[in-house]
Amino acid sequence: MALLRVTSPHAHGPMSTQRVMQNVLLATVPGIIVLTHFFGFGTLVNVLFGSIVALLCESLALLLRKRPLGFYLKDCSALVTAFLLCIALPPYAPWWLITIGIASSILLAKQLYGGLGYNPFNPAMAGYVILLISFPVQMTAWAPPRGMGELPGLLEAIKACFLPASFDGITMATPLDIMRQNTGLLMEDLWQQNPQFGRWGGVGWEWANIAFLAGGAWLLYQRIFTWHAPLAMLASLSLLAALFYDGGSSASGGSPLFHLLSGATMFGAFFIVTDPVTSAVSLRGRLIYGALIGVLIYVIRVRGSYPDAVAFAVLIMNFAAPFIDYYTQPRTYGHNKKPEGK
Amino acid sequence: MAQVSYADLSLNGLWKNNPAIVQLLGLCPLLAVSGSVVNSIGLGLATTMVLIISNTSVSLIRNIVSDAVRLPAFVMIIAAAVTCIELLMQAFAYELFQILGIFLPLITTNCVILGRADGFAAKNSVGPSLYDGLIMGVGFSAVLVLLGGMRELTGTGALFANMDLLFGADAVHWKVVLFEDYQPFLLAILPPGAFLFTGLIIAVKNLIDDRIKKRQDAIKAAPVKGAKRVRVTGTAS
Repeated sequence: MALLRVTSPHAHGPMSTQRVMQNVLLATVPGIIVLTHFFGFGTLVNVLFGSIVALLCESLALLLRKRPLGFYLKDCSALVTAFLLCIALPPYAPWWLITIGIASSILLAKQLYGGLGYNPFNPAMAGYVILLISFPVQMTAWAPPRGMGELPGLLEAIKACFLPASFDGITMATPLDIMRQNTGLLMEDLWQQNPQFGRWGGVGWEWANIAFLAGGAWLLYQRIFTWHAPLAMLASLSLLAALFYDGGSSASGGSPLFHLLSGATMFGAFFIVTDPVTSAVSLRGRLIYGALIGVLIYVIRVRGSYPDAVAFAVLIMNFAAPFIDYYTQPRTYGHNKKPEGK
Repeated sequence: MAQVSYADLSLNGLWKNNPAIVQLLGLCPLLAVSGSVVNSIGLGLATTMVLIISNTSVSLIRNIVSDAVRLPAFVMIIAAAVTCIELLMQAFAYELFQILGIFLPLITTNCVILGRADGFAAKNSVGPSLYDGLIMGVGFSAVLVLLGGMRELTGTGALFANMDLLFGADAVHWKVVLFEDYQPFLLAILPPGAFLFTGLIIAVKNLIDDRIKKRQDAIKAAPVKGAKRVRVTGTAS
């Protein structure tokens, strides 16, 4: 009789880093499909090209650091970074923009700090912010959604990526931009005068957000992460939006539903905020971490001057995560709540 | 005070104890104005001049000033030197003076200068002090110019722009455009770029130091042919 000759513990978690990362990759698929449906093949080309660049960057860094290539490439973390960054990039981004973004994510934000698990900042968001402050023009050029302009075909999308000079794309302000720049219109009129607004959020955006919500819910069901951080973020964002909605006057920052289904809210909540490396560790800490990200998102969205706020909010809170951890250390079983003598 | 050799001073100032990338002193102006080569050269020259003047003067008065009041005295000397340099720049390179702005008067508080005054010039005679000031200034300027070059090149795709601010009207044509149609990479020119590139320069310097050390260790560790090993019979191959 063949017996397994392994030492205890015999119970082991089936979730390796590789499995977790593969699940995350899988969960982005609905979102990518919806983005592709509404904005054309740009996102798909971004993701494919970005993945190749990410694997090359990761290999280069591993070679320089004299680490085993196969072992670290197989954990798929570079691919996840590439997927997340490329989904966040505007569709039909030129190749150099993607390359610089991925290279900064993988080389600067991740490998320079020691690779996966040692990076204090979310690599995808760090790369995104580096691009956003370096190339504001390219980074704010979002394609118009289906129905508001002609969608380029697959061939044209590839051309836009590799021969950016010959691509003549049209861009349009995103609903978040319009909302921020609105000074005189009531919400109702704003909705009527701008075709970019859909039922709750922007055309295309609302469905992309719902798709990311679905992907995130599946990840939650798979127990890839706990509900604390994403839910806290969505709750605090909605709460602030509800507080300042005032029924839709021209000074309003938009309804809670608009904020939940606009920009990168759901994508950020379930794919960025939940990053186990850069978020707070304890459950209580995650609640605080997520809630503060939600607050920052609302503040930067309404008062800031950038297209969306998720990346900045997440990076700022990445800074604060160790601090939050320090004050939310769970009590170890059998120990008093407060140290003796206090 | 022991005799100091000029070769040691040079090696110290330029490499082993470089104020910018080993002592990490004077980072404020280093990071703030190294956005282009011309700014870097301007600030580097000013800092070097101040270092030479302050080191020489401090060395001259080192036996007269009592220990208790030496720091205020040094700072006064440095401030006077900075004021002179500032007035000179105002006279001969007014536009550059305007670009460098607050960072010229701030040279007074640059730790490199007070550090060298108190750490070296206050203990050594005039000759070595002057030379130390010069070589520390050159070391600082070298890093400043290297950083300025890297940032200007990655930030704008060109090098040596606006050199006429410092070198007169002939220098207008010195600008070298390395990449046509370059998309400005703002990060390199903004403050984060300064931090990134300074970090990279320090990393490369440490890498070179490691290599040198490894090579020296290898030479030391190599067995001499034919030498007897301790407690082993026979000879080492």
